[in-house]
Amino acid sequence: MAPNRKFALGLVLDGRKQSAMQQPIAAAPAPAQAFVLLDQGDGRRGTPSVRVGERVRLGAAIAQADDESGAALHAPVAGRVRSVGRHESSPDAGPGIVIDNDGSDERDPQCEPCPEADSLPPEEFIERIRRGGIVGLGGALFPTAAKLAHGRAGSITHLVVNGAECEPWICCDDALMRESAGEIVRGAQLMLRACGAAKCTIAIEDDKPEAGAALTAALAAAGDTRLSLAVLPAVYPAGAERQLLTAVTGLEVPQRAWPPEIGLLCQNVGTAAAVARLVRTGEPLIRRIVTVTGSGVARPGNLEARIGTPIADLIDAVGGYAGAPRRLWSGGSMTGRALPDDAWPLTSAMNCIVAATDADLRAPVHAEQPCIRCGDCARVCPAGLLPQELHRAVRSRDDVLLERFGLADCIECGCCDYVCPSAIPLVERFRQERVALRERASEAARASQARLHFEHRERRVSELEASRRREFEDARRRACDDFPNEG
Amino acid sequence: MRFETAPAPHVVAGFTVPRVMFLVLLALIPVAIAHVIVLGPGLALQFAVAATVALGCEAAALALRRRPAGPALRDGSVLVTAALLALCLPPLLPWWLTALGTAVAVLLGKHVYGGLGYNPFNPAMVGYAVLLISFPVAMTRWPLTGVELDWPTLAQLTVHSFYSGAPPPDLSWDTWTGATALDALRTGLRQRLTMQEIRAGAPFGALGAAGFVSINLAALAGGLFLLRRGIVRWQIPAAVLAGIALPAALGHALDPGSHPGAVFHLFSGATMLGAFFIATDPVSAASSDRGRLIYGAGIGILTWIIRRWGSYPDGVAFAVLLMNLAVPLIDRYTIPRIYGQSRD
Repeated sequence: MAPNRKFALGLVLDGRKQSAMQQPIAAAPAPAQAFVLLDQGDGRRGTPSVRVGERVRLGAAIAQADDESGAALHAPVAGRVRSVGRHESSPDAGPGIVIDNDGSDERDPQCEPCPEADSLPPEEFIERIRRGGIVGLGGALFPTAAKLAHGRAGSITHLVVNGAECEPWICCDDALMRESAGEIVRGAQLMLRACGAAKCTIAIEDDKPEAGAALTAALAAAGDTRLSLAVLPAVYPAGAERQLLTAVTGLEVPQRAWPPEIGLLCQNVGTAAAVARLVRTGEPLIRRIVTVTGSGVARPGNLEARIGTPIADLIDAVGGYAGAPRRLWSGGSMTGRALPDDAWPLTSAMNCIVAATDADLRAPVHAEQPCIRCGDCARVCPAGLLPQELHRAVRSRDDVLLERFGLADCIECGCCDYVCPSAIPLVERFRQERVALRERASEAARASQARLHFEHRERRVSELEASRRREFEDARRRACDDFPNEG
Repeated sequence: MRFETAPAPHVVAGFTVPRVMFLVLLALIPVAIAHVIVLGPGLALQFAVAATVALGCEAAALALRRRPAGPALRDGSVLVTAALLALCLPPLLPWWLTALGTAVAVLLGKHVYGGLGYNPFNPAMVGYAVLLISFPVAMTRWPLTGVELDWPTLAQLTVHSFYSGAPPPDLSWDTWTGATALDALRTGLRQRLTMQEIRAGAPFGALGAAGFVSINLAALAGGLFLLRRGIVRWQIPAAVLAGIALPAALGHALDPGSHPGAVFHLFSGATMLGAFFIATDPVSAASSDRGRLIYGAGIGILTWIIRRWGSYPDGVAFAVLLMNLAVPLIDRYTIPRIYGQSRD
């Protein structure tokens, strides 16, 4: 295996994971009321397929995806649908479906185990996964079925199961690997068969020796020579999809291409376990493991919680708040999305909830200063960019420079922000500029559309005028012909 | 319960520009000490004037530009400019020339372009070059090195020259000042003297220019400290030193009669200060690692050429300014390959 050193850049960060790894995964109580957001965090919104007042059973589909890149949502509790739309307690979280839990956990009869998974034709098995609403649990939420189908179509050779979990605070995958390594291996085998790859590598970082041992034992128990374990140095962001694939295979995913185009497919360990669970129990994606941690909670730990559980309930499940939490975010400290309110519900994208006190936050010590082009950002950029030059291109709003310095190639890992001595919020600038660029592009498209319309209309109008003039001339000529003496 | 929101990342390393500048100033202490021992107390006077004028000009420029002065004055960058300029100036220079050079450095070298981060040229070298071109006699009058040094007399001479521009009545320029080794080399070669004849002169020591060897060694020590702390990366200093040493060694091998060797060049004039402290100013240097190698090598080669054939004794300042000019071109052709970008 040829290690690709150039893009093995990044940062060695303080993991902050130990506090939440003291206890095994605990089951969070089912919420009295589940609030399943239609947008689980990937910006896509499904269409609700239930009505207010309707009774749903555990695992029943409650929203359908609008296209292949979305996934169906399922009822995380059994009970009556109270409302569809925005929730009165957290209206800024977006629209969703509220279900009053009747506590029965009565299962939807369609949620059946699939003992014949190993003999089903791959297409049918992928369809089962699609109906189970399984999505990438690393946070990207891409539907697993669509990914596997893409992979099948694109002649995949190598499946990489991502257990790197490189970002500080997050340890839900570490806990899962320690406790359910067998389920992960089983899920990897099922996905291997579904996507048609010849081999599978489970990749973890070297700061998780217990998980590594558990996976080694599970792999030995499975006795499947197609599967192997790769241990990578713990460098952030080793778990970013492209960076991980390169570290494991030595291949680079070309710009603007997807991994299947070079025969690779990447799935998260949590996703693998979810696939195995779907097969074993028939349960669609209605729960996930989430790390609830930070100095702002009493007993940090990992919880298995149902999607739609209010975050406040999860905090209660780890002993409530401690100290003075100032910021709440989902994800790790490098890319985590700030949550304005703990009434917001858990989504399938949330691998970690951090209630951060001042001790956990480290804001720049001074206001933003001019870039001194020191190049520290370029030294740590795992995408090989020159963030200092990209920032200059953003300031000048020059589309050619933005393209040349790779705005589209930024993976928003935050390494450049982390080291910048001038405290420039680089990733935020790049993110905003991407949005602005899209707007400029659609503005340009609209403008050219409008120009086409205008030109079309002009042509029609002038043609109409010409034909009218011709008719008029003809009429005049005819009139003259009719009354020759008056001409 | 509601919480504040902010974009990720939620933690940073906490590196700051003032810290960078502070470490640079710290790393300049050894060379400053060597400078004072070898060349007398002039440096302290020069730095006092340069620092005062630099801070004053910075504050004035920021006021004119209606920008807050506090953060810029605290970032330390203008003090680094003042210190580098003071280290390059002859210690006997009268104070008004130092003040003029500093004002040029800060105002014309930095603020006309938009202040810190936007200057295409190294500000200290802009100030130095303007002084050298405008006042060549005063700018090449150095205390004699390599002779029995009478430090108290030198101090007296320095102070007098500093505030009046002339030596004290009982001392004369001729006895106490003269050309530096690089200057003597240039004139000697013009007069078709051989290397041996030139090196027999006063300012030469065993390795290079007498006295300047220790100044260069001290600068090297400070530079290695910056390398170790990650403030400076190896590309520029290594390329500058190689750019001077390789042509010098080649010239010496081909024609030892008219070329001093690599060692002489490495330990004369402002070689080490230039390689580790001046050429490494990131604002006016190339961006990428590869670009910085080219940029540094250009400075080294130009320094050697100017020293050997130019009209000025040391070439570091002009070499840096010339390569500053070339930075946009270098940057254009040395953009590193992005992840996933095809290799052609």
